[in-house]
Amino acid sequence: MSLVYTGVLSHAPGITGRAHMVENTDKRDEFYAALEAQRQDIMNAGAEAIIVIAAEHFANFFMNNMPAYCIGISENYEGPIEDPEWLAIEKTEIPGAPDLGKRITRHVMDSVDVAYSEEWKFDHGIMVPLNFLTPNYDLPVIPVNINCQGPPLTPLHRSWAFGEALRRACDAVPEKIALVGTGGISHWPATPDSGKINEAWDREFLDRLMRNDKESLLSYNDEDTYRDAGQGGFEIRTFITAAAAAGGEGDLKFYTAELPIFAVGCTVASFSLS
Amino acid sequence: MSLYSLQKFLYELNRDESIQRQYKEDIESLLSKYTLTDEESNALRTGDIGLLYVLGVNGQILMHFAAFLGVEWFDYLDKMRDGIKDHGAVRDGVYAMTGGGKSFTTEEEGR
Repeated sequence: MSLVYTGVLSHAPGITGRAHMVENTDKRDEFYAALEAQRQDIMNAGAEAIIVIAAEHFANFFMNNMPAYCIGISENYEGPIEDPEWLAIEKTEIPGAPDLGKRITRHVMDSVDVAYSEEWKFDHGIMVPLNFLTPNYDLPVIPVNINCQGPPLTPLHRSWAFGEALRRACDAVPEKIALVGTGGISHWPATPDSGKINEAWDREFLDRLMRNDKESLLSYNDEDTYRDAGQGGFEIRTFITAAAAAGGEGDLKFYTAELPIFAVGCTVASFSLS
Repeated sequence: MSLYSLQKFLYELNRDESIQRQYKEDIESLLSKYTLTDEESNALRTGDIGLLYVLGVNGQILMHFAAFLGVEWFDYLDKMRDGIKDHGAVRDGVYAMTGGGKSFTTEEEGR
């Protein structure tokens, strides 16, 4: 198989941009260590490219033409769109994998009507993960977006199907590919409630995710998620897609609700591939 | 209210440095390209984070705009709370305030 690593991680902008404000620096550094271990796992797996399944925040797509799913097939990308000082990540160019991206896209199209793009600017949703997973920006990136911002949103069972399609596509190409889903669980970002976290909801979701229990993962609905996990909870689509791509059980490497200044329950996990 | 145009203005501003320069150098010609109410235009002209929040601008779009304006993090949260006090509840979208305006971080409480 050519999918060599699958995992999930948080991407909130505070993880880099508000690192200097954190009071609980021990917990912050524990989180960063888990992200560094994830980077090493990806390197040790021999990954030649990384698919980042993100939930972007209006860096590229708007309600004039919003794709449910999109795959990047550009030679290179730029990011972050945000003020570099605010995000604490310098603007840079990131290498893409256009040929591999096109082959992946063709395979995915066998079962999912995915959009593709040769223009893509990265926001914190991709830049924060890359900052930790390929800090020298020397691993080609295939960005993938799931619309989690502008309702109507794709239903969860389609996110699962998209993950399965990505898996089939990865297994049909010879390159060694890492795949990560990046999003938040419960959170209320970009509101005055920033920092609010429903830890019980998070832990229930993560339990279902680590068991890779398709039925219970797909039983969430957006109305309940909005009530219990905030609008940020819509991003569970990226985690569910990663779980579907992996097929195996998860290994929760790190979770904490003790860094609310990052505005999300900070998460790092990997999946076995089956 | 023309929330779609209001958000599109900010979406295009947030992702394009040339438009950001135009915002600073000649905002009136930039505003003229969009169908906006006087209230919306003035909120954009003055960087009124609180009013834009209440008008229903998607929080992610607004957060990036606040960062572009150089608004410090906790001030940005306060501006949204002040918007609610001055103009009432968020009128559209999914970024409503649900916590009664309280802080959820010890870092903010302790500043």
